[in-house]
Amino acid sequence: MAAINRDDVAHLARLARIEMSAEELDRMAGELAVIVDSVKSVSEVAGEDVPATSHPIPLSNVFREDVVGHVLTPAEALSGAPDSEDDRFKVPAILDEE
Amino acid sequence: MSVDTILSFEEAMEKYDPVLGFEVHVELNTRTKMFSSAPNVFGDDPNTNVNEVDLGMPGVLPVVNKAAVESSIKIGLALNCKIAESCRFARKNYFYPDTPKNFQTSQYDEPIAYDGWLDVELEDGTVFRVEIERAHMEEDAGKLTHLGGQAGRIQGADYSLVDYNRAGVPLVEIVTKPIEGAGSRAPELAKAYVAAVREIVKNLGVSEARMERGNVRCDANVSLRPHGQERFGIRSETKNVNSLRAVEHAVRYEIQRHAAVLESGVPVTQETRHWHEDTRSTTAGREKSDADDYRYFPEPDLVPVVASREWVEELRATLPEPPAERRKRLKEAWGYSDLEFRDVVNAGVMDSIEETIAAGAAVGLTADAARKWWMGEIVGRAKAADVDPADLGVTPQAIVELNQLVVDGKINNKMASQVLDGVLAGEGAPAEIVEKRGLAMVSDDGPLLEAIDAALAAQPDVADKIRGGKVQAIGAIVGGVMKATRGQADAGRVRELILEKLGVQG
Amino acid sequence: MSSFEPSTELIRLSAAALAAKLKAGEVSAVEVTQAHLDRIASVDGEINAFLHVNTNEALAVAAEVDGIRAAGGAAAEELHQLAGVPIAVKDLIVTIGQPTTAGSKILEGWRSPYDATVVRKLRAAKMPILGKTNLDEFAMGSSTEHSAYGPTRNPWDLERIPGGSGGGSAAAVAAFEAPLALGTDTGGSIRQPGAVTGTVGVKPTYGAVSRYGAIAMASSLDQIGPVSRTVLDSALLQEVIGGHDPYDSTSLTDPFDNLVAAARTGNVEGMRIGIIKELHGEGYQAGVENRFNESLELLKEAGAEIVEVSCPNFKYALGAYYLIMPSEVSSNLAKFDGVRYGMRVLPKDGPLTIERVMAATRAAGFGDEVKRRIILGTYALSAGYYDAYYGSAQKVRTLIQRDFAAAFAQADVLISPTAPTTAFKLGEKLNDPLAMYLNDVATIPANMAGVPGLSLPGGLADEDGLPVGIQLLAPAREDARVYRVGAVLESLLEEKWGGPLLAQAPVLDSNSTVAGGSL
Ligand SMILES: [Mg+2]
Ligand SMILES: [Zn+2]
Repeated sequence: MAAINRDDVAHLARLARIEMSAEELDRMAGELAVIVDSVKSVSEVAGEDVPATSHPIPLSNVFREDVVGHVLTPAEALSGAPDSEDDRFKVPAILDEE
Repeated sequence: MSVDTILSFEEAMEKYDPVLGFEVHVELNTRTKMFSSAPNVFGDDPNTNVNEVDLGMPGVLPVVNKAAVESSIKIGLALNCKIAESCRFARKNYFYPDTPKNFQTSQYDEPIAYDGWLDVELEDGTVFRVEIERAHMEEDAGKLTHLGGQAGRIQGADYSLVDYNRAGVPLVEIVTKPIEGAGSRAPELAKAYVAAVREIVKNLGVSEARMERGNVRCDANVSLRPHGQERFGIRSETKNVNSLRAVEHAVRYEIQRHAAVLESGVPVTQETRHWHEDTRSTTAGREKSDADDYRYFPEPDLVPVVASREWVEELRATLPEPPAERRKRLKEAWGYSDLEFRDVVNAGVMDSIEETIAAGAAVGLTADAARKWWMGEIVGRAKAADVDPADLGVTPQAIVELNQLVVDGKINNKMASQVLDGVLAGEGAPAEIVEKRGLAMVSDDGPLLEAIDAALAAQPDVADKIRGGKVQAIGAIVGGVMKATRGQADAGRVRELILEKLGVQG
Repeated sequence: MSSFEPSTELIRLSAAALAAKLKAGEVSAVEVTQAHLDRIASVDGEINAFLHVNTNEALAVAAEVDGIRAAGGAAAEELHQLAGVPIAVKDLIVTIGQPTTAGSKILEGWRSPYDATVVRKLRAAKMPILGKTNLDEFAMGSSTEHSAYGPTRNPWDLERIPGGSGGGSAAAVAAFEAPLALGTDTGGSIRQPGAVTGTVGVKPTYGAVSRYGAIAMASSLDQIGPVSRTVLDSALLQEVIGGHDPYDSTSLTDPFDNLVAAARTGNVEGMRIGIIKELHGEGYQAGVENRFNESLELLKEAGAEIVEVSCPNFKYALGAYYLIMPSEVSSNLAKFDGVRYGMRVLPKDGPLTIERVMAATRAAGFGDEVKRRIILGTYALSAGYYDAYYGSAQKVRTLIQRDFAAAFAQADVLISPTAPTTAFKLGEKLNDPLAMYLNDVATIPANMAGVPGLSLPGGLADEDGLPVGIQLLAPAREDARVYRVGAVLESLLEEKWGGPLLAQAPVLDSNSTVAGGSL
C-alpha cells in the first residue's frame, strides 16, 4: 500500500466535497499517513478463508408492508432549507459554464 | 456545440459490427417507496410525497418495502433469471442534489436476479435472444428543474429547484450482457428489446410502464468493432433515452458517429452521451465527477434479503402468461394470417379483440367479426381522436350488440357505422341508438318494389344486361335503390327482389 | 405539597429512589424537575454539559405527571414507574421542539421535524427532558473537546476531560444535573465517559435499542444506551428505551425486559467471570490496574469463579475500527451538504456551482476531526483500496467475534478496565489523534461484535484520585448478565467506600456562576 500523500488527500477531499487549503492538505496528509500506517496491519491479519462481517448481529428479511404512512407538509419539508422557491429546494447551478 | 461527423449507416455496416448493451430502469408501481412509507405517486405537487426518510434527514433509517422485493423477483423470473438465495443492498456514493443522502441505496455485487434471457421478436418475426446479466433493486432520485438559462437545459442554468417526490421510488435496473450479432438490425433490435421489457413489466402488473412518465428509462451502450474482430470496441453510453423511437434512433446515430470516429483513425472516447430528440443526435455529457469511484460498500442499515425457494415458487405461480406465448396462442386460436395478426398487435387492439370475442361467445361472435369491428371501425376513429383504441369508449359488449344487429338484418354495415358514432357520442346502447336515430332497415317490400321499378326504368340498358345473364351488373340497380331509400334498405333483400322481378337466377 | 427536602438532596437521589418518592407522593415531579433545572443553572456554566435546556417543556411534562397522580384512578395507576423522573438527552438524538446540533456548526439552528424512537418512548413514559447534552462533533472523539460549542469539563476536575463523545451526558449525571441521560456508543462513547466521570454507562446489544433518530456516525457500530449513577437506574432506563422498532431494520425482536430483575438478583455465586488477557496490563495506568484487581478480588469473595481468557485478535480491533468507522462516517455524513437543511456557505470567489457550495459548506461546517475521518473513510472505500482496508477490517470483525465466542465458552461475563487511563487534561491529546484513539482500545471490541458492555465506577486511582471504570461484557442478547454482575460489584464497592463514589467528588462552587443565566 502506497503512503498517502498530499495529492491523494486533494483527490479524496474533492470526492468528499470538502474544500481544503494548501496548508490543510499538507497537515491532513501528515496526519493520515500516521493513521494509515497504524491500521495497515489489519490487511495482513485475515486470510482468504475468513468471511467478512458487515452486521454485528446477523438478521435477514426485515421488511415493511406496502402501506402508506405519514408525510411531511411541504412547509415542514422545507423548514430547514437554506434556500427554496415554489415549494422546492433551491440550489445553485449544477455545472460550470462550459 | 460542435456537430459530430457521421458516416452513413450503410457505410458503417459495410465495415463494422455493432455491439449493444442496455441498462433499463423500471419504476415499480408499489403504493409506497422503496425504503419509506411515503406514497409512490406521479404528478403531485412538489415535496408533498416525502417524509424525513426521503429527505435524508439526520437520524433516519431505511426499511425495505416487501412488495418491491416481490415485484423485483417477479421481473427476474419473467426475464428467466436465477433468483439469488441471498442478496444485499449497497451504497453507491456520489454527491448530487437530487440524491438526498448523497448516496443511492442500490445493489452492487449481490443483485437479486442474474443470468437470464429474453427472446425479442423483431417486426418480421425473427426472434433474437438477449442475455440478461442482472436485475437489481435500487431507489430513484428526486427531480431537478433547471432555471434561468435555456429552457430546461442544465448548461447555462442559473439555479435548479429540487422536488424529492420521486426520491426513493423503487426501481429495478435490468442490465444486459453485450449483445452481439445484430448487425444492421441493431437499431431495430434496440427498440424491440426495450419494447419487450416494457411489455413484460406491464404484463406483470409491477409497473405502469409509461415511458413518457419515465416509468421505463433506457441507457443504451454502443460500440463498434471491425468485421472479424473479437475484441469489443470502446463504448459510449447514451443516457435516458425515453421513447421506443428514440432508442432506435439513438443507437443508429451512435453507430454512425462511432464509425466516423473510427474512420478518422482516432479511438472512440468512452463517455456518457445525451440524446436530443430535436436534433436526433447525441452530445457528450459532462461526467459526474465521482463517476470513476462510487465507493460501494454494503448498506449497514439494511440486512440481507433471503429469497427462500418456497417464496420464489409462490411468486412464480402468480406470474401471468408471458406476452409472447400469449400472442402465439391467440393467433392460433383466432386463425388470423401473419399479416392480420401483426396488424392487430401493432394497432394495439389484441386485448380488446380478446375481450370482445369473450363477450360475444354466447351469441357466436367470430374472431374475424371482432377483428373487422376493431380494425375497420374503431382503430381509425381512435387515431383521429389521438387516443388508444381501448380508451376510445367502446365496450366489447357494445360491439357484440352492434354485430348482432347486423347479423339479424336489423341494420346494415353503413348504418352500423352511424350507430357506432352514436355510441361514442354517448347516446346509449346500440339498440337504443337505432331506435332514436330511426335507422331501422326498410323491410316492407312495398316501398322497395316501387323504388326497384323506378331504378329499372331509369337504367333500361342495365336491366337488359341482367336479363341477358350478366348478373354482376346488378350493383348499379341496387345502388339506385339504396340511394332512393337513403341507405335504409337491406341490400341483400333488394338484390333478391330485383332478380325475382327480372326472373333471373342469382 | 410534600415533605420539603432541600433540592440539593433531591438531585443526589437515584432515579429509582426518585421514582419511589414520586409514587409515594413525597415529592412532586415539578419539584424534582425544578431542582435539576436549578442545579443546571447553578453549575453548568462551569461544566458545559448542556447545549440546550428545555425548561418549559420539562416543567410542563412534570406538571402533567403531577396532575395525573393527583387525579388518581386508572390513569395514575398506568403511569410509567419513571414518570416524572427527568432525563438529559445527548444532542446526537433528534427531538421535536428542541434544536439538535450533533455538536456541529453545520446543524446550528436546525430543528428536527420528527422525534427519535427513544425520545418517543421517553415522552410516552412522561419523563421530563431537561435538555440536550454536549458531545464531540458527530460523536467523533473521546474527550468532548471536538464539540463546536466548547468542551465539557469533568466535575471531578474542571481542567480535565469528561470523556467522549458523550462527555455531556456523563458530566451532567456526575454533576447531579440529571439523574439519567441518554448516550450513544460507537466505540465506547457511553462507557469511557462513564469511566472517567465515575458514572454508570451501558452499551446494549446492537439492535436492543432502536437507532432511529440517532444521527448516524457508523451505522453498524452505533448503539443508544443509558447513562446513570447506579446500575439499577441504567437497567430501568434500558427497559424504557429498548425493544423492537419497525423503523430500524437492525432492531432486534428479542424481549429485553429482564434487566431490572437481573440488577436486583444480588448474587454472582458460581458465575464464571473472564479476565481478558489482552485488555489490561501493559499500557494501562497503574491506578487503573489496582482498582481492576480489587474488583476481581471482591467478585471472587462473592463466590464468582475468575478465569483468564485470551482474545488474540483484539489487538487488531482498534485498527479495524479505524477503517470501518470512518468508511461508514464518510457515507453517513455526505447528507450534510447545505441543500436540504443546516448551514450553507458560498465559496468566497470563483463560479457559484452546487459542487463548490457543497465543498465550501462542508469545509466551514465540519471540524478537523470530522474531516479527518471523512477523508480516511473515503480513502478506505475508494477503488483499489476497498479490499485491503474496508474488506480486511470486516474480516477482522469476524475474528473478533470468534474470539468472543471462544471466550464466552469459558466465561459467562468478561471483565476489563473500561479505559486505559483516568481523565486526562483538556488539550493534552487534542493534537495527537492516535493517542486520543487509544482511549477506546478496551471498549471497541464490544462494538465490533455487537455485544453488550457496561461500565461502572471501580474507585479512584491512587496516583491522581480520579475515577476508574470497570467494564463488564456479555454475549449478544445477554444484557441481563452485565446488569446482574454490575449491580453486585457496585454494592460490594459501595460497602467498601461507605457510599457512592460520587459522594467523594468535589463540591462544585455554585456561586461562581450566575444562577439562571442563559446557556
Ligand atoms: Mg447504471
Ligand atoms: Zn441504476
